[in-house]
Amino acid sequence: MIPRFVLALAVVGVALVPLAGQDYYATLMLPFFGYGIALLGLNLLFGYTGLLSFGHALFVAVGAYTAAYLTGVFGVRQFELILLAAAGTAALVAVPTGLVAVRYVKIYFGMLTLAFGMLFYSFLFKFYHLTGGDEGMRVLRPVLLGQPLAGMDTVPFLVGPYYYYCLGLLILAALVMWRIVSSPFGLCLRVIRENPAKAEALGLSARRYRFYAFVIAAVFGGVGGVLLAVPTGLADPLLAYWTHSGNLVFMLLLGGFANFFGPILGALVFIFLQDQVMSFTQYWRFVFGAILAVVVIFFPRGLMGLWSSEGA
Amino acid sequence: MAQSLNIVLGGVFHAAVLFLVAAGLQLVFGVQKILNLACGSFYALGAYFGVSLVSWALGAGLPAPLFVLVLVAAGVLLAVLGPPIERLLRTIYDRDESLQLLLTFALVLMFEDVIRFFWGSAPHQLAGAVYLVYGQLTLGRLTIPVYNLIVIAAGGAIAAGMGWLLIRTRFGRIVRAAAENRRMAEALGVDMGWVYSRVFTLGVALGTVGGALVIPATAAVNEMGIDLIVEAFAVVVIGGLGSMRGAFAGALVVGILRAVAIATYPEVEMLAIYVIVIGVLILRPAGLFARAAT
Repeated sequence: MIPRFVLALAVVGVALVPLAGQDYYATLMLPFFGYGIALLGLNLLFGYTGLLSFGHALFVAVGAYTAAYLTGVFGVRQFELILLAAAGTAALVAVPTGLVAVRYVKIYFGMLTLAFGMLFYSFLFKFYHLTGGDEGMRVLRPVLLGQPLAGMDTVPFLVGPYYYYCLGLLILAALVMWRIVSSPFGLCLRVIRENPAKAEALGLSARRYRFYAFVIAAVFGGVGGVLLAVPTGLADPLLAYWTHSGNLVFMLLLGGFANFFGPILGALVFIFLQDQVMSFTQYWRFVFGAILAVVVIFFPRGLMGLWSSEGA
Repeated sequence: MAQSLNIVLGGVFHAAVLFLVAAGLQLVFGVQKILNLACGSFYALGAYFGVSLVSWALGAGLPAPLFVLVLVAAGVLLAVLGPPIERLLRTIYDRDESLQLLLTFALVLMFEDVIRFFWGSAPHQLAGAVYLVYGQLTLGRLTIPVYNLIVIAAGGAIAAGMGWLLIRTRFGRIVRAAAENRRMAEALGVDMGWVYSRVFTLGVALGTVGGALVIPATAAVNEMGIDLIVEAFAVVVIGGLGSMRGAFAGALVVGILRAVAIATYPEVEMLAIYVIVIGVLILRPAGLFARAAT
């Protein structure tokens, strides 16, 4: 495991980014917090439970649209309420979809989650009067901890209070996830990943545990979706598209699944790499495809796998 | 009556194209056990290459009625991509299937930019006249573009040809043996590298021919492959993974359903397809035609 002082150093490093005077890099960090939280959930599902979801972006979109509805339609600006509502909505969506999806494993689970994601995408895309169609919906600036920051300009707000709020949320989410994976429950998930038949023989219902993992992952996805939508001020259907789910899995693999810090590292590297590659070529997808291919073929354990060889 | 027949025929046209891509997906999955997300990219590549080759051929003075042959040729030529890509996939045959899926996703990302590099971001279209060269067939109040009938016939012929290839020929027997039990086939002296390379190339060709054939009726756009792969997924889920007959039936279901939805209530076009997919997965997880457990 990573030594504590390295972790502390990383947190301090991230906290110092907005103070370095380069607002550009600070705003670049904002999607990192959202993706980091969403990927913690996806890693519980894929890395720890062995279920590859190709539709996790569905829950990210649920979170983003919850934020859009609450701020834009219902006039709710309290960020804490929005986060809770997004978590709740994601869980609500995850219960029926999860009950169906966890009946399957491997490729069928992947295809079914992809189908659910696309179902939601086509709903967002086609039901224009409810969702704004391909234009999406505006997400208005939330009120953090009841503080009226309406007078602030957008950039200072985002790289100031919002930045630290999100950093705090990511740390909180990581702590919660750490508790989950190091609990007996997390251990059960790993047993189910390694050998479902043996787990059943030990009296663990694989399906029930997979379902719990699915719902927890969805909640993290929903919260991550809210954090992603606020800086862009927009919830749009592409958030639910299957290639977005593919990108989430890409980040996870890049960082290293089956490793607790893999997803967070993956999100960070993905975002900065994307920024760099996009600045020197318009064909960044090709470069990213090539990087993904190299990672899959040569480093299936991702960046964290280079660093340590311990299993999760 | 005439109108609903027209809708169904439009659906069958789409089904014929969808069948080709789904058949490629099925073939590769059946033998290599890889769910190839890049099948949609081959379809898009076939479409773009088809536009270029036909434009070139027409410019060189080829009589317009022959262009459908040029399109098929464009698809077949692109099959040269098969062997090198199969070589790449060979590195991960014995890995976890999620890694296999991700490698094909990497191919999707790369092909998207390959197309952008060679053809740019703007849609490419054949001069509309090409579609009309074949004229229309009028039966009572029913008007059918002849080109649609040609594509439907081509789809049917390729389906029959695939059936013949897989059931009647020596190559088909080897492929089926390899799909059934790879290690047994190997033990009996089948060179799996040889089989995989050919099967994958055939899978690529099915997708590229499908993409090329659709091009007189619609424009080649960047998203077409990524959109189509999801429909092809729906087809194979409905029909059953790895089953050719399933691809045929599934393509008809999805193609006609889509056409009916577009004509009656366009908002549910995609929604209806995924509802069917989810319904089939719940009721018959193996699909309509697949044998269970493989």
